[in-house]
Amino acid sequence: MKLLTSAILVFAAFGWLAAQQPGPPIQGVISGQGQKPAIAIPDFRASGGATAFMASFNETVRSDIENSGALTFVAKSLYPAQVPQQPSDLIGGALPPQAATQSPQGFRLADWGNAPVSANYLGIGYAAEQNNQFVLFGWFYDVSQAANLQGAQIFGKIYTGTLDENGAIQVAHQYAADILARFGVKSLIGTRVVFVSNRTGNKEIWTMNWDGTNQKQLTHFGTISAFPSVSPDGSKVAFTSWLRESPRIMIFSLVTNRELPFYNQRASMNCCLSLSPDGKHVIFSSTAAGGPAQLYIANPDGSGLRRLASSRSIDTEPKINPKTGTDIVFVSGRGGGNPQIYLMSEGGETQRLTDGTGDATNPAWSPDGTKIAFAWTRGFEPGNFNIFIMDVVTRKLQQLTNNEGRNENPTWASDGAHIVYANKRGRDSQIWTMLADGTQKKQLTRVGSNTTPVWAPAAQ
Amino acid sequence: MTKRNATLVLAAAAMVTLAACHKKPVAQTPPPPPPPPPVQVEKPAISFFNAEPSSIDKGQGSSLRWSVTNATNISLDQGIGQVSPNGRRTVYPGETTTYTLTASNEGGESTTATATVTVNTPPPVEQPAPQPVQSAADMLAGQVKDIYFDYDKDDIRDDQQATLQGNATALKQIFAAHPEFMVVIEGNCDERGSAEYNLALGDRRASKAKEALVSLGVPADKMRTISYGKERPVCTDQSEECYQRNRHDHFAAAQ
Repeated sequence: MKLLTSAILVFAAFGWLAAQQPGPPIQGVISGQGQKPAIAIPDFRASGGATAFMASFNETVRSDIENSGALTFVAKSLYPAQVPQQPSDLIGGALPPQAATQSPQGFRLADWGNAPVSANYLGIGYAAEQNNQFVLFGWFYDVSQAANLQGAQIFGKIYTGTLDENGAIQVAHQYAADILARFGVKSLIGTRVVFVSNRTGNKEIWTMNWDGTNQKQLTHFGTISAFPSVSPDGSKVAFTSWLRESPRIMIFSLVTNRELPFYNQRASMNCCLSLSPDGKHVIFSSTAAGGPAQLYIANPDGSGLRRLASSRSIDTEPKINPKTGTDIVFVSGRGGGNPQIYLMSEGGETQRLTDGTGDATNPAWSPDGTKIAFAWTRGFEPGNFNIFIMDVVTRKLQQLTNNEGRNENPTWASDGAHIVYANKRGRDSQIWTMLADGTQKKQLTRVGSNTTPVWAPAAQ
Repeated sequence: MTKRNATLVLAAAAMVTLAACHKKPVAQTPPPPPPPPPVQVEKPAISFFNAEPSSIDKGQGSSLRWSVTNATNISLDQGIGQVSPNGRRTVYPGETTTYTLTASNEGGESTTATATVTVNTPPPVEQPAPQPVQSAADMLAGQVKDIYFDYDKDDIRDDQQATLQGNATALKQIFAAHPEFMVVIEGNCDERGSAEYNLALGDRRASKAKEALVSLGVPADKMRTISYGKERPVCTDQSEECYQRNRHDHFAAAQ
């Protein structure tokens, strides 16, 4: 009987949800706490086989919202005692002027807008096991519209995933992404991080999901393979390997996981390849001319090589602007012998971006092509790197880490808000993510020593 | 006395004896015949005995020649044995040898002569003093030393010049003794700089050392370079001593 009731409820809810239109992006949000909209999402409950995965589900939703940088997640300790799970649990209208203790604490939507919660938005829902799947019913409400419940609902959706922990986590990512999309935040679902790990005893190229799950080995060369970079469309990874004696460039497809042709110049060193956004050329560093490493431009398969600049110092780590495809940033030892970051614009003129002190390395463009993140020892001893962001136009600087171990190789997520980087304290290095303001630092790897992460957009 | 005369004498004596048989006369023994007069035998003589040429190089032959008279037995020593009175014989002595010709007659008289063949041997080949056989890899490991650099630098320091010179000398010897051997110069960095920049810096360090060695006469085509950046540290402590050990070029046998 219970099962039949549930089934009827499910079908009814489905029919009702199907009639809902996706809401427009939210304009002119009212800020509750600080300047960001405040979101409250109480822990969702579940029935049947879905129950075991709710801890992971709820934590993933909370983390994604908090991590976005666009919203504030209200602490659960401030929530009312009674928690609505579906639209029929909710009561509309303002709080009656009588004593607050008489009204149901939590079932009235307006309760969530009052102190101590003071949320602007509310997410409610529940999960169930159905046809051996993890099924989520999720809704999102604008608390400021509590007077009219119908108009207060922003969206309601059904999500399905595999009936296991990973399925629950992926569903949580999707629900949180739908919420964040309302505030103009791009989803990170489907994005990956390519990195280097020595956990097999040799440095190999690995990939993982953006949240650190599904860590997989890409190369099995049994030698040193390092310095990966990813094409702006996320389809290819280039890296340097000692597989064929001297360090040479190899390119793999991230779609087929197979090697793509690349012709290396005869040189003692070929390294650090960057792919253009239109896929028509590459720039890399090579000692083909016999002296210090210099920058070269070539076709994507390595043919049609042409020297890009001549200096009498090491020039390396070129990065093509992913938005314009024309200007590049790179690292050079010209001038003093200590590496600094330079900008070469389309016309070929070159200017130094960093102030000449310390070692400045690992530049990476933001997706909109206006900023670079990089590693710099400014203010510290050699080897003590921190992550900085510089607006390339204004030259305004921001320091994101401060002396918590050695922080290097920052790259940007496609949302332009997150950065993945390597942090080394002690013997091993690990991969972390953070927001581009230095907050929300999260560790992704724990096994072996892991370095040089590159955030790859979702394959298109 | 000739045989005829002797026969006549005997016949005469017999007739006398027979004639005297009628009466028993007292026989008279005739005197024995006189001994034959001694044969006049001459002493053996060696007219000449020589070796031509008298001086040879080892492996060549020399001709012994002789002429002997009044001898019934002529022989040469040195295992040659009996020879004819006038003869020649080619000999191939391995070393200076004196040959003796002996000529003797029936009377037992003999005479000798000698001839010497001098054999010239080339001066003995000078054997080098015996040395233990050393492989090229052993020579490399024992005599060619690492070169050390300053932070962020690739130039050869003054205090490394002696090592560089010693390496040049040793490498020239190794390549002369082992013409197929090749060496790879591996450039390395300490862990403090970025891995990408260090890859290029290690390459500079290896190249600079190779250039310096070539200018000291080491053949360029016997050496190649590779950089390991900071990927293959020899130690991992975060100390100045370990950092310096890692900022180095190492010389290895090329595979």
